[in-house]
Amino acid sequence: MPQLLDTDLQHAVEDAAAHLYVWSLKDIPQDLRDALRDAAARETSTPGQRVLSTILRNVEVADSERNLVCQDTGIAVYTCRVGEHFPLHPARIYEALRDGTARATIEHPLRSNAVHTITRENTGPNIGHRLPIVHWEFVQDWDGLDVKCVPKGSGSENMSFLKMCVPADGVKGIKQFVLESIVGAGGKPCPPGIVGVGIGGSADYAMYLAKEAIARPIGTRNADPVVAQLEDELFGLLNETGIGPMGLGGDVTVLNCHIEHADTHMTLNPVAVNYQCWAARRATAHIAADGTTDFDREA
Amino acid sequence: MRVATHEVTFPITDPAEILKLRAGDEVVVQGHIIGIRDRTQIRIFDQGVEPPMDLRGAFLLHTAPNVRKVGEGRYEKICIGTTTSARMVRFTEPLGAQYGVRAICGKGGFPDEAIEPMRAHGMVYFAIVGGAAALETTQIEEIEEVAWEELMPECLWRFRVKDFGPLTVGIDAHGNSLYHDVQAAATKKLEELYARL
Repeated sequence: MPQLLDTDLQHAVEDAAAHLYVWSLKDIPQDLRDALRDAAARETSTPGQRVLSTILRNVEVADSERNLVCQDTGIAVYTCRVGEHFPLHPARIYEALRDGTARATIEHPLRSNAVHTITRENTGPNIGHRLPIVHWEFVQDWDGLDVKCVPKGSGSENMSFLKMCVPADGVKGIKQFVLESIVGAGGKPCPPGIVGVGIGGSADYAMYLAKEAIARPIGTRNADPVVAQLEDELFGLLNETGIGPMGLGGDVTVLNCHIEHADTHMTLNPVAVNYQCWAARRATAHIAADGTTDFDREA
Repeated sequence: MRVATHEVTFPITDPAEILKLRAGDEVVVQGHIIGIRDRTQIRIFDQGVEPPMDLRGAFLLHTAPNVRKVGEGRYEKICIGTTTSARMVRFTEPLGAQYGVRAICGKGGFPDEAIEPMRAHGMVYFAIVGGAAALETTQIEEIEEVAWEELMPECLWRFRVKDFGPLTVGIDAHGNSLYHDVQAAATKKLEELYARL
């Protein structure tokens, strides 16, 4: 086999990113389709049923017209799992993700959302200073790369909340904060969606974990049974609030609740909430060391 | 809940068209609607620039579309959807009082401060399904006019629509708001949930 050049591999990652960004915006995962169908079947309020049947129609139209499910092409967020033997350095992986994002935006074309945070001037084709955003995880004894693209809409991202609970608030404080956050958000984050919760770590890391949580397939459970039990409990409680689809009242307020956790300082008890709208878009590429790429809608 | 279904053509000339709508009702819209967003309204009200389109009797949509330029001042739709309204609630009063706007459509609702200006000026808030842009795009027949292109995509847009909806009347012109009712009930429910924790 001829020696694979770094530039070839970098192009493979760029191609993958360009494909993932557009694909994720158009073709939502099967688990999400199933969750929306289940939601429509159990919703009893009139406005709620109207919203959910419109959502299902919209997903069909996006399929048949090959159009974007939602016009908000979001902020491009990638989560990368990098094997320690993957032959391209993360600095080059980042460059490839950035170039792929820009290329997809120009070629499709997609709406360009990126602006300077003070001047509000557009900074380019969905790229800019520290955009796109990449979460990194490094994996021992592996030579592959997994890239998951999670375009994050602003309606739901604006509904992000952090509270530095104290240890005396306990788990009860965590539950109350999640509940009050979702009730306060009302219809703004396009419910019913995925409530991502990050607990422990530090203030910044709790929010990072909340974002990791919304990128998981719907209804997956944390490997720690104590945390998994909290996911089940919050999922049930959130659907008792009555906020309903698009905040118009009803039985289905959330599709699920996912929690990621980190150990923390004995005096800390941080809880972060990151909301993912019903159009919970995600798509993954599994890239081998030789650049061979498998696309995966369900990971 | 008693729910009626209406078809309304915009811009309206008869205020009764708005007064017959009640919170919770289903509405399908025909005619012409105007796309507007944060920067568009900041320019009108904070910078005092007169909009180059007639807003009397209008239906405003909170949007910023994905479009393709096909000629001088001419655009083709790619994907048109709706953004969160709450950020723009402070413009409700002057839109009604100064420009005679009759309907504002967005997603996620307006907080209670919109209720009084909507009642005073005979306006309604229509809730669309946020994120359902693929469907919404098929209901927009044509982009007929674009002003303030330098604000792209937050320009002032005029769309011709057919069977636009279904929309839900979120706030009516009689002082009723579904959002207010849902929040009040949820806040009460929270006390009960907290007691169980």
